[in-house]
Order: sequence, then structure tokens, then C-alpha cells
Amino acid sequence: MTWLHRIRRSMASSWSMYRSDFRSLDKTQILLLFLLTVLAMFMLLPLVFIFNHAFKPLHELFLFPPTFFVQQATMQNFTDLLHATQDTFLPVTRFIFNSIMVTLLSTVGMVIFGALCAYPLSKHPFPGRKIVFGVILLSIMIAVETMGIPRYIVVKSLGIMNTYWGHVLPILALPVGVFLLKQFMDQVPNELLEAAKLDGASEWQIFMRIMIPIVTPAMATITILSFQTAWTNSETSALFMQDDAMKTLPFYVESLTSNLANTVARQGVAAAASLIIFVPNLMIFLLSQRKVIQTMAHSGIK
Amino acid sequence: MSLSNDATPVVQQPITASGAKLKGNLSRKLKDKMREMWKFRLSYLFIAPFLIVFSLFIIIPVLTGVALSFTYFNSIEFPKWAGWMNYQNLFSQDVIFLKHVIPNSFKFALFVGPIGYVLSFVLAWLIAQLPSTIRVWYALAMYAPSLTGGIAMVVVWQVMFTGDRTGYINSFLLKWGFIDQPVLLTIDKEYLLGIMIIVSIWSSMGLGFLAILAGILNVDRTLYEAGRIDGISSRLQEIWYITIPMMKPQMLFAAVMAIVGTLKSGGIGTQLSGMNPTPDYSGQLFMNHIEDFGFTRLELGYASAISIVLLILTILLSRFLWMLLGPKEDE
Repeated sequence: MTWLHRIRRSMASSWSMYRSDFRSLDKTQILLLFLLTVLAMFMLLPLVFIFNHAFKPLHELFLFPPTFFVQQATMQNFTDLLHATQDTFLPVTRFIFNSIMVTLLSTVGMVIFGALCAYPLSKHPFPGRKIVFGVILLSIMIAVETMGIPRYIVVKSLGIMNTYWGHVLPILALPVGVFLLKQFMDQVPNELLEAAKLDGASEWQIFMRIMIPIVTPAMATITILSFQTAWTNSETSALFMQDDAMKTLPFYVESLTSNLANTVARQGVAAAASLIIFVPNLMIFLLSQRKVIQTMAHSGIK
Repeated sequence: MSLSNDATPVVQQPITASGAKLKGNLSRKLKDKMREMWKFRLSYLFIAPFLIVFSLFIIIPVLTGVALSFTYFNSIEFPKWAGWMNYQNLFSQDVIFLKHVIPNSFKFALFVGPIGYVLSFVLAWLIAQLPSTIRVWYALAMYAPSLTGGIAMVVVWQVMFTGDRTGYINSFLLKWGFIDQPVLLTIDKEYLLGIMIIVSIWSSMGLGFLAILAGILNVDRTLYEAGRIDGISSRLQEIWYITIPMMKPQMLFAAVMAIVGTLKSGGIGTQLSGMNPTPDYSGQLFMNHIEDFGFTRLELGYASAISIVLLILTILLSRFLWMLLGPKEDE
């Protein structure tokens, strides 16, 4: 039972850390803490709301005056969501499955492609390096969303409409990811790589055995970023998928919520679906937030 | 393969009068270049996968967009060359664009961009003053809204701003006697843009905010002590003379993120009001206009021209900030 002890001990120590941190606060810090707490609550309000809304039974959704917190929590909205069918009689599980497939494929792809590209950009003085990096930097400033029409033409001429490729390939290039990884890799001393080279390591070995382990925090950040991009992406469904069976969860939620403005009919179901989109994002960020902050320190454009 | 960070200097060949020699030099230079590139073949192999998808789905679409913007294209017939026609129409004939889209976008960008940016900085700075164990949770609270990616939260906003008395805002205002009748908030042209701005600021503490926070935390503590010795007396002076200059790169990154994030948004108006065009074009932004022409009216050439204008605007703004915050010659 040593692991249980270890967990208990680590919890105790972190608790005492919190306590000592709270004790050491001075007056201005306490005021600050109060201010930020109010603000944080305000920021989190909509998120708390959606958690509550998703578990409200139907009659509570229509209540007047409207209540913020759920009184009789129910799973009704989630079962409704499971049984809800669109005009095409597709179960929501199909969209969830599509989303998981697309997110997995594209996250893995984005991270691998990004790391592979960032390494030479950071450490190899190959001809054209400056141009390539310049173009990538410039492309960060371009919102690809504005390029929907030409992207549609490209996807159509590649013949990948209504396939998973049509979801994955268009979002695979994540210039911000390459940029962040490159900035992080710049911090790795060249001597380390030279030494490995002298010991007879191949480029591939240097990349896999030295570079990747050192830049794990940046890799974690890119993973989160890629995951978010892919998981909340509804653009590829809207533009490149005519077949309803190929559409993803965010698109489904969008179609549920469109024209919801003055009707309450599918509110609960939409809230439940929104929660399904939001929770994985939150979990992944919670698990790796320390690494993210560490990476962002190197995010500067130099 | 050398691992140095500096590019290998290209040997400068003296230019001679003889043409033949020049030609020889040129071909030798080319050969040298090729040999050097061959030496780095592995590097090219590394960047190839990214560059392929990057070219296919970012570079080529941008270039296609530029080309299409000079044509008349209705998605069925082959694009017809139209010269500057689309641009001319956009800036002289398109009443909706001139009367609604430009003022709306300007108002929207002015509020969401600078205010969101300053707010990010202030919040990040305040959070950085807390002990690290507590800090994390506050950072998360501010960052969490941007995790929703906009879509997931539409249901929240719609319920909050619902036009009848079951809407939270309406119910609140009714209860406290600010209004006598429920207001159709998301459909009313008076309020739509304001609501869009609030919602966008709420979810704007994203990657840029984290970069700023990390930048502030990264500033060397000893600099503040040195500053105090040199006569810096207040916290504000500290921020202005030490913190901001030390984290300019992160500030620039955050600024670019803010610009891109602001200019590409537009979906929010459509989602809130449930229609595109938005009621009386009150929430019409660049993106809505592009979608309206591109996917509803199928004037793809014209829509491309609008997106190119937006693209140039984004790059110009980013360049401008680059001049303000970017690395100077002597740094």
C-alpha cells in the first residue's frame, strides 16, 4: 500500500504548502486575492452555468424566474442527446465517433509534423531556412478561416471531400505550433547536439533521443493546442462534408443551437452536447497547465 | 552537417567584365548552392511533411484567393477575368460593406482588440503577484473561457440573452425595474454588437494571455532590485521601465494573436442572432460579409476580394505592432 501512503503524504504536503502560502500573504495581496476571486467567478460564471444547465430537467429549463443552479439534477438531457436523431436518423454517437477519429489523427499528425519541421528550422543552417521561417511567421498572421472558398477548391480537386482526410489534412499545418516549438528548441545548447554527433549519433537519433525529451513541455503545449483546434473544429464539416454521416460533434452542436435564440425546446440537449465538447478540453489543459506556462515563456517573437 | 546557428556565409565572387567568366561564376555558384543543399538533404526531409500540407492548405489557398479576387466566379462557370472590378465595387458600390461592415468591424476590433489586450496584461500582472500555488488556479479561471472555442458556449449566451422573461439578463433587469418589457436582445440591432463585444472579450484570454503571464513570470527578479537602487519608486514605474521592455517578444506574440483572433471572428454574431446577414446588418463583420457573398450569393470572386482586403489589413496591423514592439536594429 505504499502508493496510497505516497499520495496521502503528497496531498498533506501540498496542503501545508497552500496553508503557508496563504499565511504569508500581506494586506495588498489579500485585497488582490479578493479582487481576482470576484473576477474569476465572473469569468467562470458561464462555465458553471453550462454544467448546471446540462443537468436540469425540462421543467427547470422553463422556470420563471430562471434559476442558475440545478435543483433536481437529472441525466435526462444526455439520454435525450443519445436518442436525438437529426433528419438523417443518425445517432449522435456517430458524430462523437467521427470527432474522436478526426481529433486523434490530426493531433498526432500536427505534433509530429510540427516537431519534425521545427528541429531543422532551429538547428540546421540549411539554405532557405530564413525564408521558410519567415513565411511560417507571416502565416501566423493569416486566419485560414477567411480562406474558406479557395480551401474548398483545393479539397475538392484533391478528391478528399466526405472522407476523414478532408477533416484531417486541411488543419494539419499549425504554424503557431511550429513557431512555439522552434522558439523552445532555440534554448537547447548546440554543444549538446555536437557532443552527441561526435559520439556517432545520427540526425534521427539526435532528434528522437535528445531533442524530443528536452522539449517535452513544448510538445505538451502543442498537443493541447492541436487537440483544441481539432476537437472544436466545425469548419471542415461545414465546408467539405456533404455527407451527414461524416460530420463531427461541434458541427452537430452548432446545428442544434442555431435558431435557438427564442426557443427553449432543445436547450437542455444542446447544453449537454456543449458540455461533452468542453470537458475534454478542460481536462487536457488541467493535466498539463504547468508545462504550458513553461513553454509560453519562450513564445516571444524575437 | 554543422549545427551552428549562423548561416554559412556565401563566398562573394568578384564581378568581372568578362561575360563568359561571369557565366562560369554563376554556374559555379549555382553548383555550390546545390552541393550545399544536398549536404542538408536530411533537413529538407525533416521539414517536408509540414511544408507539403502547409503549401497545400495555406499557401495555395491564399494564392488562389488572390487570383480569384480578380475574377467573376459563380462556382459553376469557369472564372472570368474581371481585373480590379471586385475591388472597385467593394469600395464604391457595396453600401452594406461601407455603411455596416466597416464601421461594425472597426468598433468591434477597437473594443475587443486593445481592451482585451490591456485586460490580458493587467490580469496577468495581478495574477503574477500571487504565490505560485494559488496563481495556477486563477490563471486557469481566466484561460478556461477561451478553451470553449466559442461554439460550445453559444447555448449559454443564447439562454442568457433570450428575448422573453426567462432570459437571465431580461429577468434580472425586470426584477430590478430597469425595464418594463423583455427586450429581444440578440435580435435588436441596438444591442447585438455590444453583446458580441462582451462575449468576445470574455473568451479572449487565450494563448496571448498565457504568453504574457509567462513573460512576466520570466523577468529576472534581480532587475527589480537594481531598478529600486536606480530610483524606481512605484510599481507602475516598475512595469513601464522594467517589466514591459523585458517581455517585448511575448507582448508582440500576444498582440499578433489578439489581432488575428479579433479580425477572424464574425461567427459569433450569426450564432447569437441565428441568422446571416445579422438583423439590419447590425452585427455584420468582415467574416459574415465573406460568408454571405461566398456561400449564400455564390459570388466567389467578390467574396475572395473581401477576404484579401481582410488579409492585407491583418498583415498591415501586425506589421505596425511589429514596429512598436519588435526587435530593433541594435538589439
